Amino acid sequence: MESLLSIMIYVVVALSIMIFSVLAVTTRKILRSATFLLFALFGTAAVYFMLGYQFLGGVQIAVYAGGIVVLFVFSILLTSHPGDNSSKLESKKKALGLIGAIAMFVVCAWSLISRCSLIKTLPDLGEAELPTMSQIGNDLLSSGSNGYLLPFEAISVLLLACIIGGIVVARKK
Amino acid sequence: MLDLLNNFQLNSLMFLIPSLFMFCCGVYGFLTRRNMIAMLISLELMLNSVDMNFVVFNRFLCPGEMEGMFFTLFAIAIAAAETAVAIAIIINAYRIAKDIDVKDLTKMKF
Repeated sequence: MESLLSIMIYVVVALSIMIFSVLAVTTRKILRSATFLLFALFGTAAVYFMLGYQFLGGVQIAVYAGGIVVLFVFSILLTSHPGDNSSKLESKKKALGLIGAIAMFVVCAWSLISRCSLIKTLPDLGEAELPTMSQIGNDLLSSGSNGYLLPFEAISVLLLACIIGGIVVARKK
Repeated sequence: MLDLLNNFQLNSLMFLIPSLFMFCCGVYGFLTRRNMIAMLISLELMLNSVDMNFVVFNRFLCPGEMEGMFFTLFAIAIAAAETAVAIAIIINAYRIAKDIDVKDLTKMKF
């Protein structure tokens, strides 16, 4: 049994994730859409914290909320007038998108629910079993059997390529 | 009602369904939006829901391992890189076409 507080926290987080992601794709003002995306990302970070992955929640807030959403806001201000509404959707296109999304939701939800082996209650863990900061750091930079040194280095090369690519693509001619 | 509250336990479906809902919102937005930045926002929603699935499966099916967490960590880094390059391309397209509506970006058509 869980305490009433944790039930309330779960309900608030799950509802806010769903409501804000709907609002992010349906609102017609593009700046508001970026703001709702920010709240949906915060909800995801709250899920990470609830499951005990504090480091991942911190990374989610720092990179997504701090980096990507700021990038979005800057590019929106550079490319469009923030007060403008986007043009109204044609009802045919809207209906097609809705049908596609709802069909996908129904099929995936049905296949999830019908696989009962996937439905597990939260396994109880001691503090020792959740990843600690020193464990994460050691695994990230070790070349042993469960180390992640190679993807870590590959990501650093990818980020360098991305920096150079961004400058080359967006510079003034 | 009180009985229901007493028997309440978090299970994996309670996290997978909101994540699936978020993914479907992303699909809807990607199919219907015309503004390139709005399409990119829908793409972020989809990426984020996949990240959440990795973490939930890791925590519920094999706790004590860290594979799902590291996958999410690297996926977040790649998402950041992808967004930066995509926004550079969008700003360049805006310089050329003065608009970022996908209907008007037909310069490369022949």
